[in-house]
Parts: sequence; C-alpha cells; structure tokens
Amino acid sequence: MPDSPVIAHGADEVTDNAHEEHPSYLRHHFESTEQQADATGFAMWLFLLTEVMFFGGLFTAYLIYRNWYYPAFVAGSHQLNVIWGTTNTVVLILSSFTMAMGVWCAETRRKQGLVFCLILTFVLGLGFLGIKTVEYSEKIEKHHVPGLHYSLKSFLDPDSDAAAKAAGDKPLALDMARHTEVYFSLYFLMTGMHALHMIIGIGILGFMIFRARAGAYTSGHVTFVENFGLYWHFVDIIWIYLFALLYLISRHQ
Amino acid sequence: MSEQAKHAEDEHHIVGPKVYVICLFGLLVGTGLTVWASFVELGPWNPVIALAIATAKATLVVLFFMHVKYSSKLTKLTVFAGIFTFLILVSMTLSDYISRAWGSW
Repeated sequence: MPDSPVIAHGADEVTDNAHEEHPSYLRHHFESTEQQADATGFAMWLFLLTEVMFFGGLFTAYLIYRNWYYPAFVAGSHQLNVIWGTTNTVVLILSSFTMAMGVWCAETRRKQGLVFCLILTFVLGLGFLGIKTVEYSEKIEKHHVPGLHYSLKSFLDPDSDAAAKAAGDKPLALDMARHTEVYFSLYFLMTGMHALHMIIGIGILGFMIFRARAGAYTSGHVTFVENFGLYWHFVDIIWIYLFALLYLISRHQ
Repeated sequence: MSEQAKHAEDEHHIVGPKVYVICLFGLLVGTGLTVWASFVELGPWNPVIALAIATAKATLVVLFFMHVKYSSKLTKLTVFAGIFTFLILVSMTLSDYISRAWGSW
C-alpha cells in the first residue's frame, strides 16, 4: 500500500488522489469496506459468544436446581404474573422488529425512518423496564426477594396469597418452601442481568438517536447500527428463553 | 471457491421489511402458542414443548433479524460454534450430575 497515513497528508498529488478513492470511514489497515465490515461483524459475534457462555452458566444452574427442587420452582413461578410476562415478551419482540427496521432504514439511507425506528426501539425498551419495575416492586412488597427479610408465607400457607390460591398451590413442607428462595435468587439474577443489558442497550440507543439526527449511519457506513442490532436481538433471545423457563414452568398444575 | 462465488458472499445483502414483518408475525404467534401450551397438561412434555417453541423463535431471530441466513460462512460457523460450546457446557455438567451417585441408589 503506497498511502501510509503519514505520507497521505503530504503534498504528493498521486497519494492524495489515492486517498480520496475510498470512503473516509475506511480504516487504513483494511483493504476494502467489505473487509472492514466483515471483520467488525465477526468481532461482534465473538463478543456475543462470550455472552452466550455467560448466560449459559446461569441457565445451567437453573436446570440443575430445577431438577433438585422442582415443587419449589413450581410454587415460585406461580408468583409471577403471566400477563405481565407475556406483555413484556411482546414489547421486546416489537422492539427487535423496530430495530431490524432501523437497520434496513440505515442500509437504504432513510434518515427520518432510522431516527423514527431508533426512537420506537428506545421507547419500547423503556416500556419493558417499566413493566419489570412493576413486577419487581410486587416481589419486594411480598418479601420474595432473597435475603434476611424473605417470607415463606405464600408457600407454607398458599390460601393467604392470591396468586398461589388462584394457581391452586398446596402447602409445601418447610424445607421445600425454603428452596423457593433458590428460585427467586435465580429469577432476580437472570432477569436482573438481562435488565442490565437492556439498560446498557437503551443508553447506546440514546447516543445513536443523537448521532442519527445529525446524519450518521445513513451515508453508507452502517456498521455501528448493524452491530448494535445484533446485540439488541441477542438480548431479545435471552428473554425468549427466560420467559419460557421462569414464567411458564407449570401453569397447568 | 470460485472467484464469482467469493464475490457473491462479500456483497452486502439487505434484508427487506417484508421478511421482517413475516418474522414478527411468526414470533408473536410463537409467543401466543407457548403461553397456551403451558396451560395444557402434557406431563413431561410441557418443558420440552416450551423449549422447542422458544428455540424456534430464537432461530427466527438469529436467521432473519440477525441476518445469519444471508451472512458469510465465517459468521455461520461462529454462530454454530457458540451453540455447540454451550451444548457441551450443559451436557458435561449434566453427565457429571447424573453419574455422581451412580449405583448408590
């Protein structure tokens, strides 16, 4: 390559021309924009693999404990509200859709469309966290947060608890009732880590809305939007599994 | 690989709104289906069905929203490697869990 960055800024006319042949966002250590996009996409996927292994550990822990303390997991999951859970699943799927549409807008250079899609994704993400806050506060009120103030009342005396009564729960033996705390530990750990990913994603979305309004991403350089989309869809996939495993363990019992 | 095929793989494929809308529809139907199935008594099949539907939904997201269907072989291999490593994690842990007390029950 004749145009090293240092020489490219010199007075040499030939080098200057060579410098103008490629888009300004192409870094000098890449041969072409395609190669640059491929390398960045590959790196994003490698990051997502580390995320798969991170959440994979949590899912494996869930699997083992669920096998050990199945009745406690059933009683614990009956404390979750399926309507809120389903609503949140729909909200998150819609936000994945608007994000995918945002990537399409960026690729086809529609600035207004991109800003609109990103704002919708942002709002849906906040909506998800809002519903999660409602659910968490209910758990705090009922003392279902693991720790010193954890209450076994809903599991030892299900008739005293509206959710447990509606599900037709039978009283658990004391040692099994105690293990509902394991269920809620995993519930808060997994949904909490998921919510943290959402918060980080919403923060980046805010930054992207700001940049997109200034005309970024719609002039051919879509890598950032595209790779953020991968992250956002990954977070969606995690929720799809969390919903099935935490909320829907055994609604039929 | 022929030069032509290589070029085709390098080209950036734009996935259009039509695919996304169909995918969205599939995901919403899957969500309704999994909620409905959880209220039906299917014995040991309940978790199997819940996971099967969740995996079908995740596959839709990975293939279309995340463009893996239209991506390079490198990306496809990377995604596959991720799933494969995760399955090793689960199966190794479970084989330890199952065989720890082997013969002593």
